[in-house]
Amino acid sequence: MTWFKRTEKGIQTPTELKKEVPDGLWYQCPECKKVMQTSAHVLNSYTCIECNYHARIGSKEYFELIFDDNQFTELDPTLSSSDPLEFTDSQAYPDRIKASQKKSGLKDAVRSAVGKMNGIEIVISCMDFKFIGGSMGSVVGEKISRAIDYSRKHKIPFLMISKSGGARMMEAGFSLMQMAKTSAKLALLDRERIPYISLMTDPTTGGVTASYAMLGDFNISEPGALIGFAGPRVIRETIGKDLPEGFQSAEFLLEHGFLDFLVDRKELKSKLTDLLIILKGKVTEVPQENL
Amino acid sequence: MLLDFEKPIAELEAKLIDMKLLAQENNVDVSSAVKSLEEKIKTLKKETYSNLTRWQRVQLSRHPDRPYTLDYINAIADKFIELHGDRSVKDDKAMIGGLAQVGDHSVMIIGHQKGRNTKQRQLRNFGMANPEGYRKALRLMKMAEKFDVPIVTFIDTPGAFPGLEAEERGQAEAIARNIKEMFLLKVPVICIVIGEGASGGALGIAIGDKVLMLENTWYSVISPESCSSILWRSWDYKEQAAEALKLTATDMHKNKMVDDIIKEPLGGAHVDPVGTAKKIRKVIIDSIDELSKLSSEERIAQRIEKFGAMGVFVE
Repeated sequence: MTWFKRTEKGIQTPTELKKEVPDGLWYQCPECKKVMQTSAHVLNSYTCIECNYHARIGSKEYFELIFDDNQFTELDPTLSSSDPLEFTDSQAYPDRIKASQKKSGLKDAVRSAVGKMNGIEIVISCMDFKFIGGSMGSVVGEKISRAIDYSRKHKIPFLMISKSGGARMMEAGFSLMQMAKTSAKLALLDRERIPYISLMTDPTTGGVTASYAMLGDFNISEPGALIGFAGPRVIRETIGKDLPEGFQSAEFLLEHGFLDFLVDRKELKSKLTDLLIILKGKVTEVPQENL
Repeated sequence: MLLDFEKPIAELEAKLIDMKLLAQENNVDVSSAVKSLEEKIKTLKKETYSNLTRWQRVQLSRHPDRPYTLDYINAIADKFIELHGDRSVKDDKAMIGGLAQVGDHSVMIIGHQKGRNTKQRQLRNFGMANPEGYRKALRLMKMAEKFDVPIVTFIDTPGAFPGLEAEERGQAEAIARNIKEMFLLKVPVICIVIGEGASGGALGIAIGDKVLMLENTWYSVISPESCSSILWRSWDYKEQAAEALKLTATDMHKNKMVDDIIKEPLGGAHVDPVGTAKKIRKVIIDSIDELSKLSSEERIAQRIEKFGAMGVFVE
């Protein structure tokens, strides 16, 4: 006779719900060098408690920050890269993919999911920089396209979180065409008047900036993020002088009229929620002549 | 100017001229020698141009004598009125456009423009457009849509300009907007890569119902030189990079990223610019006739579907 009896067999907690033990107890801010408890850093939405530096985080962390109780359904989780051009530089492309998958635990540089944010349904595609520099190849383009399709089909607002060095060279022409493909899908989303919020995070450059990242109804960013078309090194080489301080920062883009607002990561969820609440009821009724 | 692989052919051609002159002066019959030399030239040409490496094609696409957008417009259009400015910042000389009459058709022609000598090259910024160039292009495309005029774009750029002001004025936003807006254009859109098709700078005017490449051009996400410098950390691997990128017309057609290839004369478009222009003119007219049979909604749906299918992955 036991005191307690397990009614359901097996452990039911999905991986996402498991509370992970941090690697180290202490975290040092790479910007101001302040040392803080890792738990304090995490509680502060991965921003520095001293200087507010927004550390680079991935899809796992963003999903956790935005989706209610970290509950969501991942879309197209199995999509994986092929090697259409048999590309080899110092390493064969399939080997590079395999190594990156092993190291990051990810399939490619973007994850999509649908879930609720303060009770409002939302589709999110979020890029992971640690997968080959968040580069955009066929898988990234396809997953984003499908997420937009999902958002269109179910009339749910779409949030894109970009973090990328640009197009993936190893898929050459195919990578370039992902700019076209994702933009085509966004054109359709636009016609059906479903809100698209583009959040650019540090760093967002190249072909990603020159396609979906800049096409939001709302283009927003986190403070201090690097956002640009050409990388700073290329521009420096082109003009032959040093770049002014703060060039290509989120603040610089806001000043030049390319962002709607900057959002502190600690307020990201509440601000996005407010935005969608204000828009609510304005997006479902689509007059026929606008289609 | 001659490219490395053009030299042996040019030498033989010079020899042929010498021979003919000498024969004329001395009144000697050298017809059999001339004939055999001509044969030899023909064979060498065929051999050279049917075995070009990808890097050699890149070189041909940048040949200093190669026709540029305005050369083709002058050869193709019966009438052409250039239109300037983005109505916001300035007139970008690296991106030109205007209304043209081509046979029975009115068309809006837009394209990157390169310069032929140092002064022109500077004026045209080496064919690298700034945001205002892309915005001018979009303004003209919207105008074409308003007046129900088909659009033809000529792509020939080493890339969108990576400068300080370009970033300040939103190079990325300008290109992104063009790509998206081009999908929704109600008129037929025909895009032709006539030289270099480098990355977003090319794609910014290259969303069309028909995307075509001249035989000796390239189109990819990055130039072989930049690819080499990033992946091999040196500029010396451009040949290898060109091979790896699979950037030629044949490659891009095989991988279904362009609809067709327009053949060039043996030796490249610069050998016979008039003949090449004639071919382009015919392709433009035929394409407009073909695309006009569809409704604008059908064209838009097919355009979106075509680009939507690009990409290779495993489920």
